[in-house]
Amino acid sequence: MAEALLAAKELTRRFGGLVAVDRVSLDLHRGEIHALIGTNGAGKSTLINLLAGELAASSGTISFRGEALARLRPERMARLGVGRTFQRSNVFAELSAFENCRLAAQARLPRAWAVHESAQRCETSNTAAARALDTVGLSPRGRVAASELSHGERRGLEIAMCLATDPHVLLLDEPLGGMGTEESRQVLGLLRSLRDGRAILLVEHDMDAVFAVADVITVMADGSVLASGPPERVRNDQAVRAAYLGETI
Amino acid sequence: MSKARPGLLLLALFALVALPALTGKFYVELVAKIMIMAVFAMSLDLLVGVTGLVSLGHAAFFGLSGYMLVLAAPDKYAAVSLWTSLPLAVAASALLALVIGALALRTRGVYFIMVTLAFSQMVYFVFHDTRVAGGSDGTYLYTKPQTNIGSWATFDLANSTHFYYAMLVLLILSLAFLRILLASRFGHALRGIRSNEQRMRALGFNTYAYKLAAFTIAGAIAGLAGYFSAVQFGFVNPEMLSWHQSANVLLMVILGGMGNLIGAIVGAFALVLTQDLFSSLTKHWLLLMGGFVIAAVMLLPHGLTGGGLAWRNRLRGARGG
Amino acid sequence: MDLHTFLIQLLNGVQYGLLLFLVSSGLTLLFGIMGIINVAHGSFYMVGAYLAWSLAGMLDSFWLALPAGIALMVLIGLLLEASLIKRLYDRDHLHQVLLTYGLILMFEETRSLLWGDDVHGLQIPQLLSASFPLTETLSYPVYRLWISAVCLGVAALMVWVIQKTRLGMMIRAGAANREMVESLGIDIRLVFRVVFAAGIALAGLAGMIAAPVSAIFPGMGNQVLIVCFVVVVIGGIGSVSGALVAALLIGFIDTFGKVFLPDYSGMLVYLLMAVILVWRPEGLFRQRAA
Repeated sequence: MAEALLAAKELTRRFGGLVAVDRVSLDLHRGEIHALIGTNGAGKSTLINLLAGELAASSGTISFRGEALARLRPERMARLGVGRTFQRSNVFAELSAFENCRLAAQARLPRAWAVHESAQRCETSNTAAARALDTVGLSPRGRVAASELSHGERRGLEIAMCLATDPHVLLLDEPLGGMGTEESRQVLGLLRSLRDGRAILLVEHDMDAVFAVADVITVMADGSVLASGPPERVRNDQAVRAAYLGETI
Repeated sequence: MSKARPGLLLLALFALVALPALTGKFYVELVAKIMIMAVFAMSLDLLVGVTGLVSLGHAAFFGLSGYMLVLAAPDKYAAVSLWTSLPLAVAASALLALVIGALALRTRGVYFIMVTLAFSQMVYFVFHDTRVAGGSDGTYLYTKPQTNIGSWATFDLANSTHFYYAMLVLLILSLAFLRILLASRFGHALRGIRSNEQRMRALGFNTYAYKLAAFTIAGAIAGLAGYFSAVQFGFVNPEMLSWHQSANVLLMVILGGMGNLIGAIVGAFALVLTQDLFSSLTKHWLLLMGGFVIAAVMLLPHGLTGGGLAWRNRLRGARGG
Repeated sequence: MDLHTFLIQLLNGVQYGLLLFLVSSGLTLLFGIMGIINVAHGSFYMVGAYLAWSLAGMLDSFWLALPAGIALMVLIGLLLEASLIKRLYDRDHLHQVLLTYGLILMFEETRSLLWGDDVHGLQIPQLLSASFPLTETLSYPVYRLWISAVCLGVAALMVWVIQKTRLGMMIRAGAANREMVESLGIDIRLVFRVVFAAGIALAGLAGMIAAPVSAIFPGMGNQVLIVCFVVVVIGGIGSVSGALVAALLIGFIDTFGKVFLPDYSGMLVYLLMAVILVWRPEGLFRQRAA
């Protein structure tokens, strides 16, 4: 098995007396969609925030390509190639969808100090933005202000912005939230196509979606990992069944 | 930009160019002063309107530059060269901005506002309490800087009309520079920071570095304005660094409309002319001024030019976390 | 410096710090609970001092002037909140700063109109004019000790109100989640009005009790305001205990600074702030919820 692109080992995060994430270990491999499921409050969003560098861990390590990382910051993780989406759409409301993606694409361009170069005429970022929008099917809506997009479209824009930075690892926090069936199916198809060459962490509540697309599933409850492995094994795991008592998985 | 805008701007430019031919010395000097304040206000607009950094201590960079000019003269009556003293003064302001910014930008939101105020007070006290350049009394600039390049006598800063056109050139060059800056990737990043800093960081932008760069550039341009303000008045005193000066220029920015630079220029004209009007009406004109400020904030939330982009309550989001 | 002088400076430092705390507590509560940055806060300190001077003259008694002054300040606070301040809750900090700056200008000119621009002094009330003997040769003014006592008493009262009363509970809840409190039928606007008026009254009270020992002069409001900002920044916005610690710290540094480094004492406070910010960008006792 190739080495993990992004790996968490014994990751813990405490908020005062509350242990939100309790010694969680997780590997994200290239070419894999790794789904993370669990009830509300299981610690999934906190884990994503830890992996994205938004939160500092109380203990444990995060490694990128085998190298342990110290002093994580969101911009540093992003520069390493770890992209993320937010659970609640976190876009630039006054900018158009296209401008949102272009700004994202400009994040990792060199020579930020070249103040004489116009941003609007930057070919590299314009191309990357157009491509990202096209991948999520938002090209016709490129000129619309982000605040005026529908909820589902904004979720799509979230993903497009992440893609515009050309990440190796995608951390997706409930990308399907609030989407209809058809839209969800399109996004799942998109994820499958993105899998090549990238590692994807997918936090989701929609069980059908998860089992349709995931290569590996990790189940969390109360901050710790209940089970982890291929979908069928997880589906039949006793502990998981007990935790989801009454729910059909 | 609305269709009428470029036409209006051209008209305004024409009026400014023609002014000295149409009026007397009083108005020429007044408008020259306003143009200096406009440059000062534009530099603050870069911080407040574009990047979303509300600084209540911007006068520190304005005043330091003026003081540097006075301190640069080897003796009281000697005339320094514009071409050496100006870069020195601006560099001093930029350096101060770099130092203050490096520390102040570790804070956010309301903390940032208070911290910039406190740092500029520190600078104020340096000049007010110590004997550097006259303490609380200030110092006179006995001779205006001379502008000779080699043996070529270019223009005379002591001549009101020459000074006026020099300030007009300064205003146009500053506006042009800032426009280009705002159109660049750097400028777009600054706007992104104002819009949603968390997202910018998540995308990979080192927002601290961008903010510090903006803060330093703004400080340098404020220094540019402060230098010529000292030249015009022939006098520097700690009031140039006071927080009243900082609040004044902040008011210009918000009065005119934030984020589009033109608003800062409009705001400078509006505020100085209003102050002039009120002070000619009564000794207690500050009362009118206070009422005017309150009315402006309540009735014109987007300023006279409507602001550049829709102003989001982004700063409020910083409260509590 | 001998022990006696040290003791006196120590007591001065505590007294100054506690006064600062009284003014700053209003500022930090206003911000922590209502999200309002009020740069006119120092003006209320000034108004308190001038009111004390006028009322003590009119009523011929400092002891009558105190409650009268407090009542007036509360009234001013209520009126101000109902007319202007309540419009600021949903505005951003920039607008809050500028609107309250406009208030400063109006307060300053009104003060100039009503009381003129001269410096005034106020007599220490007869009852407290004695001096407390520290040694055979040195004594310390009882009045200054009384100031510290009042400040501590008010601080204790504040803690009690916030922690132990229903009003305090509503305040804390309103700070954490305004909509929820409103949906429970509690009129959060009334709570805010009370908090604002209380904050103003605190600043005014500080001005009143400080009047006999400091000069009453036009710039006193601005002077105290900026130091209060430093207190709030160092202590952490919204934290009353942070404000206490920070105010005392500043009280000491300023008092001893004036003794050892008179030329630079003005800057010391800001230097302290710079040092603390490098270490802790969100103040010493940052509150999370409010």
